[in-house]
Amino acid sequence: MEIEKHVYTVSVYTENNIGLLNRISAIFQRRHINVESIAASESEIENVFRWSLVVKTSEEKIKKIIGQIEKQIEVIKAYYHLDEETISLESALFKIKSELLFEKREIQNSIKDSNARIVTVNRDYFVLEKSGKRSEIDLLYRELYPFGILQFVRSGRISISKSPMPISSILAELHLEKHEQLETLSEIAF
Amino acid sequence: MEVQTLKEEKVIFQKIERLTGGEAIVKCLLAEGVDVLYGYPGGAIMPIYDELYKYQDKIHHVLTRHEQGATHAAQGYARISGKVGVAMATSGPGATNLVTGIADAQIDSTPLVCITGQVASHLLGSDAFQETDIIGISTPVTKWNHQITKASEIPGIIAKAFYIARSGRPGPVLIDITKDAQFEEFDFEYKKCTGIRSYNPAPKIDLNAVSEAAELINKAKKPLIVWGQGIILSGAEKELKEIIEKADIPAAWTILGASAIPTSHPLNVGMVGMHGNYAPNVLTNDCDVLIAIGMRFDDRVTGNLKTYAKQAKVIHFEIDPSEIDKNVKADIAILGDAKASLRAILPMLNANSNPDWLQKFSDLYKIEYDKVIKEDLFPTKDGLTMAEVIKEINTYSKGDAAIVSDVGQHQMVACRYAEFNNTKSNITSGGLGTMGFALPAAIGAKMAAPDRDVVAIIGDGGFQMTIQELGTIFQTKVPIKIVVLNNEFLGMVRQWQELFFDRRYASTVMVNPDFVAIAKGYYIKAKKVTKREELKEAVAEMMASKDAYFLEVLVEKENNVFPMIPTGASVSDMRLS
Repeated sequence: MEIEKHVYTVSVYTENNIGLLNRISAIFQRRHINVESIAASESEIENVFRWSLVVKTSEEKIKKIIGQIEKQIEVIKAYYHLDEETISLESALFKIKSELLFEKREIQNSIKDSNARIVTVNRDYFVLEKSGKRSEIDLLYRELYPFGILQFVRSGRISISKSPMPISSILAELHLEKHEQLETLSEIAF
Repeated sequence: MEVQTLKEEKVIFQKIERLTGGEAIVKCLLAEGVDVLYGYPGGAIMPIYDELYKYQDKIHHVLTRHEQGATHAAQGYARISGKVGVAMATSGPGATNLVTGIADAQIDSTPLVCITGQVASHLLGSDAFQETDIIGISTPVTKWNHQITKASEIPGIIAKAFYIARSGRPGPVLIDITKDAQFEEFDFEYKKCTGIRSYNPAPKIDLNAVSEAAELINKAKKPLIVWGQGIILSGAEKELKEIIEKADIPAAWTILGASAIPTSHPLNVGMVGMHGNYAPNVLTNDCDVLIAIGMRFDDRVTGNLKTYAKQAKVIHFEIDPSEIDKNVKADIAILGDAKASLRAILPMLNANSNPDWLQKFSDLYKIEYDKVIKEDLFPTKDGLTMAEVIKEINTYSKGDAAIVSDVGQHQMVACRYAEFNNTKSNITSGGLGTMGFALPAAIGAKMAAPDRDVVAIIGDGGFQMTIQELGTIFQTKVPIKIVVLNNEFLGMVRQWQELFFDRRYASTVMVNPDFVAIAKGYYIKAKKVTKREELKEAVAEMMASKDAYFLEVLVEKENNVFPMIPTGASVSDMRLS
């Protein structure tokens, strides 16, 4: 029986540390799972970083992977979400010859319909920026492709979960728990 | 695991001193209570070695003959003492040679701190002489690693390294230090690490889960405990013994759990796994409650997962949350330190008696005895068996020796037949299966426990993987006992070739040198036994020796280790022949 695979967004909150990218990506690599996109930035908490990774795998596997990620010393917490549980987007840039912008009405229509934005324009080329769902970017790409795209780049997915990810309280709890743990131990045992 | 004293931050070296990075490293090691470390010098770590030279009255550096030996020696030291083992090497090949031992320590949860020298920071990334990205290389096999490029980072990072290595589920940590950081002067002050924000070494015990588990155990008619190294790492031997005695529960062990409960204990029903004992394996698929404590359901323990203990409710005591449901789904998971968890459950358990259930173990033991054990221990054929050598060692050790075994047939035989009275007595490479482990590990074990007899049991294959450590034994005069069980084959692979590859002995025949001459070349007392009538006296002589002693025993070439659960088979389909 084929195990059902889904696209998951993995959100990882970490301390800022050189080498963590290597540690986290190794967890996927070792299990032969392709990371489809990755994005890292500061989070809502000072000195806490947030990673968004997109992978396609089964729920059983992603659960175990989250366990392995959380096991890393500098990882505070990791979550996984299905697409419908997140609000997410990607950004793309297109570089296209300027003359086409004036000659081809279809391009102008595509820009208008897709809500893309012209970032810069000069005599030789113009740069178009489009943020949104992967499908919207793919559609714009397909529309522009026949006219010739000089350069195209798309970012990794960034994603916000609909449910809370209470990192501040987890950090406070982690601190507290250690002290409580000691007290529990001494109550039971010592 | 030690319970961390989190409330007070102990300042070890309160006075601020102006030190070089190299001297700071040595002071950090002293502050962490390190009295011996294993290593090999080289260009990028010379400033630290220069400081070790000055402190040699306080800290003993053991020069191994290969960096792999340094990590295994540090592992042996850690496994017998419960303390953190320390290994040191230079950059490049020195560092890469540590990797096998580090990987072994990672999979077997052994606390190690490995310190490697690195090229000067301005040369990083330039392919400088003996530069290698050891942080990148060691990442997947370390619990934590870090590169230091400034001397001022040293105290904080070393303190963190020791804390991470020994706390929670222990493991290896690698710290890479650039040469310029070793020379650089800074104001040194050392504080022990007592906690890291993002790291929770021992999860809080859920007392509801504990009482649910107790209820399940109290109702059980056929409970079975399988314990692993978690018992030893958390020092829960006494608690485990109290539980099995109170509730009359048969208890079996994984290879790394061996010796936590004495072999002679009536409720100790033997080893689980591929070459373990017949009764605990077969009855894993008969028990109604399987209580796994500090073990991780390795594939060599479970056999085919699809048929593993499906009839049983599973209770899993485990400190590492990522192990829960990893291989076997737990009906009740109790996260936390084994000792604390067992102390919590003990008063909730009813005194019980399970004579009928225990009888099943005795019955199956009798079958195993008749079909396997009898011929192993009291062979009727001419060729010496590995088991009778172990039996002879038992006679003289009376169960008090620490047995350090390598990997292969002799390892399985040693674990099956060695008798243990004391915990931390079975030191072997479990998860990684590293041939070459035993000889250097025995060196470290003996140094950490000089009052104990340490006997290394090694095959002729594994012995030649780290044979150069005979030089370390000679130089340090560490009085270990070395037994090579020589069957002139890579025996375990040969056994598989015989059983599963139609006896095509591809590259498993060993044409061996004169091992006794080699040992004698290192001025180690040595003897070779080829006949049964010589065995007793030779073992007696070895066990009585005050110095290091090498004993080679020529054993039957093509003996197999049974019982056996073939790969993919169910634990209850264990083969006796």
